[in-house]
Amino acid sequence: MAQTAEKAKSRKKKGATSFDKETYLKWYETMLRIRRFEERTLMAYGQQKVRGFCHVYIGQEAIAAGMVSAIRPEDAIATAYRQHGIAISRGISTKEAMAELFGKATGVVKGKGGSMHFFSREHRFFGGNGIVGAQIPIGTGIAFAEKYKGTDNLCVTMFGDGAARQGALYESFNMAMTWKLPVLYICENNQYAMGTSVERTSNVKDLYKIGSAFDMPSEAVDGMRPEEVHDALTRAAEHIRAGNGPYYLEIKTYRYKGHSVSDPAKYRTKEELQEYKDQDPVKMTEAKILEDKIATKEEIDAIKDAIKKEIEEAVKFAEESPLPDASELYTDNYLQEDYPFLT
Amino acid sequence: MAREIALRDALREGMSEEMRRDENVFLMGEEVAEYNGAYKVSKGMLDEFGERRVIDTPISELGFAGIGVGAAMNGLRPIIEFMTWNFAVLAFDQIVNNAAKTLSQSAGEFSCPIVFRGPSGAAGQLAQQHSQTFESWMANTPGLKVISCIDPYDMKGLIKSAIRDNDPVCMMESEIMYGHKGEVPEEEYLVPIGVAAVRRQGTDVTLVSYNKQVLTCLEAAKELEKEGISAEVIDLRTIRPMDHYTILESVKKTNRIVVVDEAWPFAGISAEVAYNVQKFAFDYLDAPVIRVNSADTSLPYAEPFVNAYLPNPEKIIKAVKEVTYMKA
Ligand SMILES: Cc1ncc(C[n+]2csc(CCOP(=O)(O)OP(=O)(O)O)c2C)c(N)n1
Ligand SMILES: [Mg+2]
Repeated sequence: MAQTAEKAKSRKKKGATSFDKETYLKWYETMLRIRRFEERTLMAYGQQKVRGFCHVYIGQEAIAAGMVSAIRPEDAIATAYRQHGIAISRGISTKEAMAELFGKATGVVKGKGGSMHFFSREHRFFGGNGIVGAQIPIGTGIAFAEKYKGTDNLCVTMFGDGAARQGALYESFNMAMTWKLPVLYICENNQYAMGTSVERTSNVKDLYKIGSAFDMPSEAVDGMRPEEVHDALTRAAEHIRAGNGPYYLEIKTYRYKGHSVSDPAKYRTKEELQEYKDQDPVKMTEAKILEDKIATKEEIDAIKDAIKKEIEEAVKFAEESPLPDASELYTDNYLQEDYPFLT
Repeated sequence: MAREIALRDALREGMSEEMRRDENVFLMGEEVAEYNGAYKVSKGMLDEFGERRVIDTPISELGFAGIGVGAAMNGLRPIIEFMTWNFAVLAFDQIVNNAAKTLSQSAGEFSCPIVFRGPSGAAGQLAQQHSQTFESWMANTPGLKVISCIDPYDMKGLIKSAIRDNDPVCMMESEIMYGHKGEVPEEEYLVPIGVAAVRRQGTDVTLVSYNKQVLTCLEAAKELEKEGISAEVIDLRTIRPMDHYTILESVKKTNRIVVVDEAWPFAGISAEVAYNVQKFAFDYLDAPVIRVNSADTSLPYAEPFVNAYLPNPEKIIKAVKEVTYMKA
């Protein structure tokens, strides 16, 4: 763990700016939007306005930022329950997302899914899955359909380090490789699955190495820097779109908060957490933009103000929106309109 | 006087006593050891029994359930904890195709003395995938025994019986009831598998239920008493084998029955109870058997859905009025 942090620090010093202003500002804005959204989410959870299981993305924002700039809007995404950040970076509005967390009828899935289950056809966002690892074969199947239809799209299939121990991953990797499916697997390795560190669940501690058993091109990526994430995804996407089949990235990151709102995270040290906060992607990107004079302080402040306002509006929208009607319990269970429910 | 302890402590005491008694018993599951259990059921067990016998697994339900089955076939007595039964779905192959069938397909060469346990049922606004009830799924399978209960006294005695049982047993607990308290004596005791408990005596109507909905029935019974209706409340405790005798004896007295079952209505526990009552107590019934289930839908997240979906005292009272032909 310490090693990753060291590496990231030394990289920060070298790297000449090879991305344009627009890209940097987009990354910064995306990451800050997620950070502020999640901070408000935690506050709302404390006020019991958000209920159920709630897993925030704070610390992992650079993955969402680097991903959206590297793939196309037509590409599909399937991920797990720690999904707010990915969903928002993908274009689901903070209003719809917050309203969903509040369980309101105006939420992205009408208050039916909550924190773990956002879906959006428009944004090609295939969910938020609450069963660890379930989205791995599903994402593979979404990619299968793209290949079947002869499109040029890929499916980004994301999962945690804990999910990497599910059998479904190995079955999916094998079929995806055998059938050369256009799927980009991303393991968001935040180093813990609830209270269990990666080292405690396998001999294979470098999760990218799992791909080698299938001859799948696989790399480890520094997930605290949008530049690194963007570059890796760009390489992977090119490889996939050229018809070569799947690609696998283990993106090393860290979640600052507990597993879910109810986890005090006693299984790790303050020092470990601090090490990652020292290379915080939002702060580091802001510093880089200012140091390298990519944009002015005024431009950064304008983004901060706009996001602050946006998140406040999202909360207001969520608060003022109506709850769904209880009769909606019976909608969207079947497409058949006169389905005979037992009552 | 007996002390009061919570369900989680009763389960832990039951498991720990059996582990002290029998070296072949071990506990395996996600977060059971170092984290002391996702719901703190196994708190302190790693300290007492060490990592040989209290074992953290990766998130690999199919794999570790199968490891449990193999270990049971080879002489050990595993307790396999699922963080919730919603995740045990991944392990159904090992539970249903293997644990349940080992004895039959080996013609008695091998048995499978294993306990699969974890919470079942809705637990607030957890949405579709995390709110399901699995008693009827498992009870449908010959070869398995199924326990579902939240009473601390009973669950301590039942988990001890389950661990000693030579057949595979599925135990269904409840996420939101682990803090539920009850009187549990210091002395050792067992509660037999397959016997229901009458939680409240009554003469006008029988309410049959299991797990946390028993508490909802008791609440409803209190309300009904104010209206002069005396409800008897039966807690099945074990789903398979089902104690039809206790149900039938009660119905012969009350002549009316409402089954309160948190699972979905289709092909479930409530249907099983109703079938047996009409078959064996037809002449005693003054009204059709009625059931109160969760809605015949998935459970979405938002708050209004939870009450609309789950059984509650009002729904039970309405059903009781239906079988007693009273105006609601
Ligand atoms: C099949 C299954 N088993 C267990 C759980 C309970 N659970 C929810 S999240 C989680 C940890 C997953 O960790 P990881 O994949 O690393 O993702 P992260 O939470 O770190 O994003 C567990 C065990 C579940 N939801 N599904
Ligand atoms: Mg993780």
